[in-house]
Order: sequence, then C-alpha cells, then structure tokens
Amino acid sequence: MSPLKIKKGATSHSAYDLRPTFSDKEERHTLAVLVENEPGVLSRVIGLFAGRGYNIDSLTVAEVDHLGHRSRITIVTTGTPQIIVQIKAQLGRFVDVHAVNDLTVEGPSVERELALFKVSGLGNDRIEAIRLADIFRASVVDSTLESFVFEITGTPEKIDAFADLMRPLGLQEIARTGVAALSRGAVA
Amino acid sequence: MSKSMTGARMVVQALIDQGVDTVFGYPGGAVLPIYDEIFQQNSIKHVLVRHEQGAVHAAEGYARSTGKPGVALVTSGPGATNAVTGLTDALMDSIPIIVLTGQVPTFMIGSDAFQECDTVGITRPCTKHNWLVKETDKLAAVMHEAFHIATSGRPGPVVIDIPKDVQFATGKYTEARQVETHYNPQVKGDMEMITELAIAMETAKRPLFYTGGGVINSGPAASQLLRELVAATGFPITSTLMGLGSYPASGDNWLGMLGMHGLYEANMAMHDCDLMINIGARFDDRITGRLDAFSPGSKKAHIDIDASSINKVIPVDIPILGDVAHVLEDLLNVWKSRGRKTNKESVQKWWHQINDWRKVDCLSFEQQGKVIKPQYALSRLEALTKKHDRYITTEVGQHQMWAAQYLGFEDPNRWMTSGGLGTMGYGFPASIGVQMGHPDALVINVAGEASWLMNMQELGTAMQYNLPVKQFILNNERLGMVRQWQELLHGERYSSSWSESLPDFVKLAEAFGAKGILCSDPADLDDAIMEMLNHDGPVLFDCLVEKHENCYPMIPSGKPHNEMLLRDSVDVGKAIKSDGAVMV
Repeated sequence: MSPLKIKKGATSHSAYDLRPTFSDKEERHTLAVLVENEPGVLSRVIGLFAGRGYNIDSLTVAEVDHLGHRSRITIVTTGTPQIIVQIKAQLGRFVDVHAVNDLTVEGPSVERELALFKVSGLGNDRIEAIRLADIFRASVVDSTLESFVFEITGTPEKIDAFADLMRPLGLQEIARTGVAALSRGAVA
Repeated sequence: MSKSMTGARMVVQALIDQGVDTVFGYPGGAVLPIYDEIFQQNSIKHVLVRHEQGAVHAAEGYARSTGKPGVALVTSGPGATNAVTGLTDALMDSIPIIVLTGQVPTFMIGSDAFQECDTVGITRPCTKHNWLVKETDKLAAVMHEAFHIATSGRPGPVVIDIPKDVQFATGKYTEARQVETHYNPQVKGDMEMITELAIAMETAKRPLFYTGGGVINSGPAASQLLRELVAATGFPITSTLMGLGSYPASGDNWLGMLGMHGLYEANMAMHDCDLMINIGARFDDRITGRLDAFSPGSKKAHIDIDASSINKVIPVDIPILGDVAHVLEDLLNVWKSRGRKTNKESVQKWWHQINDWRKVDCLSFEQQGKVIKPQYALSRLEALTKKHDRYITTEVGQHQMWAAQYLGFEDPNRWMTSGGLGTMGYGFPASIGVQMGHPDALVINVAGEASWLMNMQELGTAMQYNLPVKQFILNNERLGMVRQWQELLHGERYSSSWSESLPDFVKLAEAFGAKGILCSDPADLDDAIMEMLNHDGPVLFDCLVEKHENCYPMIPSGKPHNEMLLRDSVDVGKAIKSDGAVMV
C-alpha cells in the first residue's frame, strides 16, 4: 500500500487535514484579524471582501488594546476551502494587519453574540415570551405594560432559535452585535 | 536632537534622505508649499509633466528601469483622481512608486472644499498602502515608512495625502533610522520545500522554468541566479510578458515568451511539461488560458513573495513563499550539494521535442509589396538598435505583443510595458521616466497611433527637458487589437475600432518643436530608422503599416495551450466558442 499523500502545514493543530484543497463545498469560517487601530483599516478589510466578491456573514470590530493601539476584527465568512485560504492570504497582505487567525481550523474556540429583542404583546403571549426568555437565560433590560426588551447572549444558532420563538409572540425588532470569538485554552 | 522644520521642508528632506533624485509632478493650490521648497534646493530635479497620469507613468518607467522607487507629486482633487490609473497600473504590475498628493487643510476636510476629494478613500483599493497625515510631527516618519513599504515584500504604489496646513506648520523631523516598522515580509523560503523542488528537478523528464516579473522585481541578483540555474541544469525557460530580460533572449535555453500571444514552442512546452517551476509569475489568465486544461500532466512548483498569489487560481504541489533571489540561492546550493543531478537522457529527449516545435517557426512572416508589415518594422528596429544601450517601453495592443515577440531583451529592467492593467497611454510618459533615469541611453516607445494619442500632451515635457525619447508609432489607423477581436468574435463588424481624423504626426511633432518622420515604404525603412536614431532630441516616427494584420500566434479565449492559432485561416472565425467569448 502506498502512503497517503497529505499536504503538510494545512493546520497548526492537526497533522492530518484530509479535506481536499480545492473542494467545491462551501464552509463557514470565523476569522480573528488583529489590526492596527488606524482610520481606514476597516474600510480596507470591507473593501477587500466587496472588491473580490467574498461573503461577510457577520463582522464585529472594537479596540482591544488601547496602549498597543490594536483592534480586533472578527469576521464570519463562507466560501470554498480555496476561497477561505485566499481571504486569509489577502488579509495578511495588508500593512496594518498584524495577525489573521482562522478559529475554525486552528483548534477549539468559543463564539458568542449578544442580541436585543423587542417583543410587544398582552395576555398569554406576554407570559409565554417571558417564560421562554427564562429558558434561554435572556434577561429583561426594559419593560412597559405591553412590551419587553430582552438581552440574550449565545451562539448565533441560539439567537436564531430564540428569534424563531419570539416571532409569533409579537417580535418587533432585533439588534445583533455579530460574533465575537476566542480560541479555547490558556494561550492566545 | 531632532531638527524642526515645516511639513513642506520635511517632504523634500525625506526625499533627499531616501536618495530620490527625480520627482515627476504638476503643481496646484494644495501643494504650493512643497513646490516652494523644491524651488529653493538643487538636490532633486522636478520634471513638470502635462497631465498627472503622465507623472505617475513616468515614475513607473523610472522605477522599472532603475530598480529604485519612482516619485510623483500632484495636487488635491483632480490631481489625485488623475493619478488613479497610474496607481492601479503600478499595483497590478507590482511597481514601487510613492505618490504625494496635496489635500485641503485639515479644518476644511469633509466640507466639499474647492479641489477636495477623499483621496485616501479613492486610492485605498489601488494602493498597497496609503496615509492621510494630519500632524506635521508624523509626516517625516510616514514618508520614510512609505519608501520601506513600497519597496519591500511585493512592491507596489503608496499614496501620502498631505493637507496644506500640515505643509505650512512646523514640526520635528524624524530620521529614517528612527522609524520602526512591523512590516517585514519573509524573504527566505522554507528549506524543506526548496529541497523537495531540488529533488523534483533531479528526476523530471520534461522540466520547464516559467518566470515572471517577480524575478525582475527581486533585483539583478535574482536574474543572475536564474541564469546560473538555467545554465547548470540545462532546462528550457520561458517567461511572461513582465519577466522578459531576466534570462537573455540570446540564451541557449530561451523558448521565448509564453501566453495568449506567446511562441508556439513555449506554450506547447507549458502544456506538455512534467515539472513546471514558476518563479515570480502569478498564473495570470493571459498565461493559463482554459484553467481545467492548463498543463494537465505537470507537477507545479511556485516561488512567490506574496502568499495570496500561491494557489489563487492554479493549485500547486510545491509552494515556496519567499523572495526570488533568496530562494534561488538556496535552491542552487541544495541542488548542487545533492550532486547536481538531472535526468539527462530524458531532458535530452525533451529538447528534441522542443526543437521540433521550434521548426514551426511561428513568428515567420513575409514582407512583400509596398506596404510595411508591422513585424518587419520591428525586426528592422531590432536589428538597427540591438547594439545600443537600449530601453523599450510600449503602449498597449497589437504593437505591444509584436514588440514582445520581435525585440530581444538581454538584461532585466530594459522592458517597460503595462502588463496587468493594460493601460493605453502608458508608454510615452513611461519613456520620459526611463530617459530621466538613463540620460545617455536610447529610449524607444513602441506605440500604436491610438494609444499614443492618449497621452500625447507629454511631447511638451519631452521638449522642455530635451529628452530624446523615440516614439516609434506603428500606425495602422485602427485600434488593432480591438479590430482583431471583432474579426474573430463579432462577425467582422468593426464597431468604433478605426481611428478617423488622425493628425499629421510630422506636423504634430513640428508644432511642439520636435522632429517628425513619416515612413510608408519598406525600402525607406532602414534609412528612416537611422534618421530617428541619429537625431538628438525627441522624434515622432509615423510608420504606416499594413492595416489588417492580425497578431499571431494566438491562444483563443477558452482554449488550452495546445490549440493555438498560428496564422489567418478560414477556421479562425470559428475558433472561439461562446463560453470563451465572454472572457476578455
């Protein structure tokens, strides 16, 4: 039997990455991009996605190191493995980008998103809404006699599920932050 | 103790400290303080162009021919927007240039002030990096960093946008050595991958070097190492349009340019090779043709400084991220230390096959009758200028491809052409930039009449600075390449592809005080070219050529390399199918 032909360096955590490099199957990846906190950086990153026709499913950005002048952009994107590799390489080219990490392939990671839900209703709908919010560990941050604003934190899937449940109960408006993500474990 | 000075003075000081001797520019309200400083010094020559696009192309020509970064200086608003084509051109061809733009004062930014535009916003997608400098104290450091970024890694254009109040204000000058940068791209390749390539070279039966502009951008050492590697292995070598000159056209192993209008033997070798060694090229669509039929049986190695070029369109087996010169040095060392082995017998057979392809003689033509064939014009230009210290620029179109086919380049940095963006109007201002960098050399712009007219105003620049650039115009009174595609793809309906109301080029030259030469008879051609060469000053050479000559060989869009068209035939019109016709 001849040995399997496996490309080295496909991931930093696994010796065996058996996915073909040029598969047509679209994958969802979460990228953490550490950038210089300069005007125009976000525009460059967004311009790259628009100009080269890549998808942005979610994008969050904020300063994470005031003294070091660093911001972290978390991008959730979908594409074929080849496109994902291209996106990372293209991001890595920018002068203001310090690091690009693919949290999806570089080992386990946690993803969280925060959302605010405005739900209006009376009677049983109102009671059901607050009961479900309790199950989802959402908290009430504003209330009137006929409405609630819920705050919920979780994975994007959990927030999607909560939205599906609130819709028939008088859902008025949603605000979502987009995904923030970190690798698990002790080191960055 | 750092010196205090105005922002305008800082700009000039930083240029001097970076070793700049020439700036191409055009003044305006928002750069008057910088022009005032230029007026008061003698270290830097300023070349007044006639349009800002010309300034950027001239800076590109200077950069490509000298290997040093080119500098352009333009004003705010229209000055900056006129620079955008040149910036995009430099980005596509990886040319290091620094473009300084004036901006309205910081307190007026965003107010739709006179000659205000969002320069950094407009130029963000067409630069490697750009800055809007809002504090004079930071200006010098940005200037120094700009030179570092433009010239390191994969080179490219950068823009520094400088508001007028920042130019007037006084601040502390930062010396170049005080500037810290985190931008330091990797230049050494991975030794394991380099060894893998060396091993592949030992066993390959049909190896081929496929080189590109990266060899030239890497510097003369890369070309030298490439020549050593080719000589030592005996492998054949072809190059893209951008890489011509890195290996000499007179070299034994040279197959000529490859690609859409490349040579038959080069394209056939690409298709049939079993080891393709891509050195500083990027699998551009002009090279690959149909992707799924591109060199189907080969193992592919790719040396590139830019990770995003690797595996972008063609999956490769041996990716090597690094600078061409550094990687070639290591590759040579590894291959030599392993015993300088090649599969001699098979490579010999491979050469027999290549020599059979060469017999097709794909560039042959017959000069008959009283009309000059463009191929003949370039063959004579080649013969009569070969021995000169010669630099060639081109515009874009048929003449560009013929120049690449019929002129031979012996050294790098001798061939300046707009490859990636395909900018008509590039060649004339580029030739001015080249001549500024090489005052005593013979600089020829091979042009088509339509391209040349796009930046003809620069004849004023050439005259003002007495730059003896030779404009060799192959005049077919057509947009030749457009016409050729309309013939092949659009039923010979020549929609807007002829040049009507052309000027009398001799009179046009004379109107600027330059020399004009008209040549229409093949019998007069040699004398006319000699007259051009012997004239000390700018020459406009109007060479009337065959109007309906097509450029061959040609890989039709959507076809693989081994289905080239060699010359006009009845089937030419049917060669391109509808799926190929959508490609450009």
